[in-house]
Amino acid sequence: MTQQFVAAEIGETAKLLADDPIWLVLIKVVAIFAFLVVMTLFMINWERKVVARMQHRPGPNRVGPNGWLQSLADGLKLAFKEDIRPVLADKWVFFLAPVISCIPAFLAFSVIPLAGEVNLFGQQTALQLVDLPVGVLVVLACSSIGVYGIVLSGWASGSPYPLLGALRSAAQVISYEIAMGLSIVAVIMFTGSMSTGDIVGAQATTVLGFAPGWFGLLLFPSFAIYVVSMVGETNRAPFDLPEAESELVGGFHTEYSSLKFALFFLAEYVNMVTVSALATTLFLGGYHAPWSGEFMNTGWWGLLWFIIKTLGFLFIFIWLRGTLPRMRYDQFMRLGWKVLVPTSLVWIMAVAVIRTGAIQQLSTAQRLIALGVIVGLVLLVSFLLPDKKVQDTKGVPLAGSGFPVPPLDLVVPKAAPKRKVKVATLPKETAAVTTGKEAE
Amino acid sequence: MSLLTFLAQQPEPVQRVVDTVTTGEAIAFWVLGPLALAGALGMLFARNAVHSALWLVVTMLSLGVLYMIQQAPFLGFVQIIVYTGAIMMLFLFVLMMVGRDSSDSVVEVIRGQRLAAALLGIGFAVLLIGSVGRALNAVEPRGLAEANSTNGGNVGNIGQKLFTDYLFAFELTSALLITAALGAMILAFVGRDGKPSKKTQKELVEERFQDGRRVGSLPGPGVFATANSVATPALLPDGSVSEESLFEVIEATDKATLSDDVADVAGTGHEADAHALKGSES
Repeated sequence: MTQQFVAAEIGETAKLLADDPIWLVLIKVVAIFAFLVVMTLFMINWERKVVARMQHRPGPNRVGPNGWLQSLADGLKLAFKEDIRPVLADKWVFFLAPVISCIPAFLAFSVIPLAGEVNLFGQQTALQLVDLPVGVLVVLACSSIGVYGIVLSGWASGSPYPLLGALRSAAQVISYEIAMGLSIVAVIMFTGSMSTGDIVGAQATTVLGFAPGWFGLLLFPSFAIYVVSMVGETNRAPFDLPEAESELVGGFHTEYSSLKFALFFLAEYVNMVTVSALATTLFLGGYHAPWSGEFMNTGWWGLLWFIIKTLGFLFIFIWLRGTLPRMRYDQFMRLGWKVLVPTSLVWIMAVAVIRTGAIQQLSTAQRLIALGVIVGLVLLVSFLLPDKKVQDTKGVPLAGSGFPVPPLDLVVPKAAPKRKVKVATLPKETAAVTTGKEAE
Repeated sequence: MSLLTFLAQQPEPVQRVVDTVTTGEAIAFWVLGPLALAGALGMLFARNAVHSALWLVVTMLSLGVLYMIQQAPFLGFVQIIVYTGAIMMLFLFVLMMVGRDSSDSVVEVIRGQRLAAALLGIGFAVLLIGSVGRALNAVEPRGLAEANSTNGGNVGNIGQKLFTDYLFAFELTSALLITAALGAMILAFVGRDGKPSKKTQKELVEERFQDGRRVGSLPGPGVFATANSVATPALLPDGSVSEESLFEVIEATDKATLSDDVADVAGTGHEADAHALKGSES
């Protein structure tokens, strides 16, 4: 066993959190809940304003200072709307679905480290609710439970559009969760631990003397795959197929109104915050400043860095929505299964080889030999692959440039057959407007 | 004990992991155990297939949380991710395809089905009670405290066991799963044996331009002020009917059902003219 694996028995953060009294845990729970709800209200407004700016129009600017209370007003309005349940709906499942989608969204945030060691009401603690040895899996588990909310809402509504949205969502989340899980594997291999506290701790280094040792830089392919799959996982544009307005009315939440609809809305935005926070934790060094050392890098400063990085990811969500059109469903599935998953697998193999090399303390000659063997294997495989079939070009060549313009020797089709059925002769007598029955 | 002292007390340090059943664990067990049992019973007795699946999800979640409490956090979360997240989701996917009104049929399809099921069920119960009873009496629990605090902790130890002692079983299982997935794909694959592979859009376009066929689309049905049926053929500039606008299906339909449209087009029935809006004078 090497140093990396032994070091991961119990992390520093877990030790720090272990002696939290219950009142502190309760305070943290309430604070996380408040943080997520406020972030949701802020995100809705921010999204509307940014998208408006991208489209050269003013965003919401009436309610509150500069329109920043618009989403609060909308939320209040939603709560007072009539709660409608369709006749064909399955009563209990229809009620349970929004609850199921909402609870795991909040739950997942409990393992996210918001800041390092701070002094909170006289207690030395970390700004994190729990630090489990399997912390990253908690987020994955919560997202896999959250899908039930969407799937069940679609099924329980008892109408076709929500059902289609739910089916899409089920396939989508299962596919993209695989890509997401695989992108996390490389990080876990580098850290030797699944605890979020340890993962952040492992990134508090510098590489090449100046750059931060964030996994987003060291493991860039994983980072890219995670960012793509996190958009797919949260059903956001351009991957918002379960609620595609142009095809499925509102998708899974077509039949929902009032507070139940508000819960779906809340769950979507909380999920966005959670996956962004996880991206920050896994790939952008969590609460660490972009430089090493003590300057602005300890205690409560961590919260600032964490929030800035998370907001950066949230801005990407908004940016994507303002820029990209929705993907077609089969293209979306192809991207997931034929691009993201195989790339992830190959990349994990590469990372495993690199890690083994680092752990075994290989000499330069040995590393070069290993590299040569790998390159040789890749070349061998590429030679063994059959060539792409060359198209036979016995037909008339297209007139230049490959565009489908008519060939030079185009035979003009025969003229249309002359009239066989005589039409459009005015009737001799009878009234102009009849009801059809009179004709008989 | 007052609430304040309860809130202010410090929990025990995490290092002192003990292998006895703590109060919290006992409470969790007596909450989750009945819940898991209720889920199992609900799955059996629910009429609706989706409700059955949901009850099963309750059981699986309860078991997952029980694992977490009994010092096996990795197993607990993997249980939730794999079983509730992936496998039950696939079940639900299929059930939703079947349709929401499909309920269990109580008709006995195979003769003697119930008797056989009852016998096998009793046999299985006996086996289960035997092994569980033995586990309660004869086996001494070891606990996971030691395994969780040495040599990389819970996850590290599981990984080590999986990839050393149980490597062969692990590989066999994955081979089995891959075989199953391949088998399912082969069974579900709609073969195109003998047929050429599907043409791409580019090939279709080139083909269309090569043999001098019609380049544009076929004319649609005629839509006139007097008829908007798809059975109405389009008219060519000289007033004749364009045969390309006729649907084969409609041509093959019983003539009587289309007589009104035919009459309209042939001009034998009601015909609109410029004076149509004036109404009848006769």
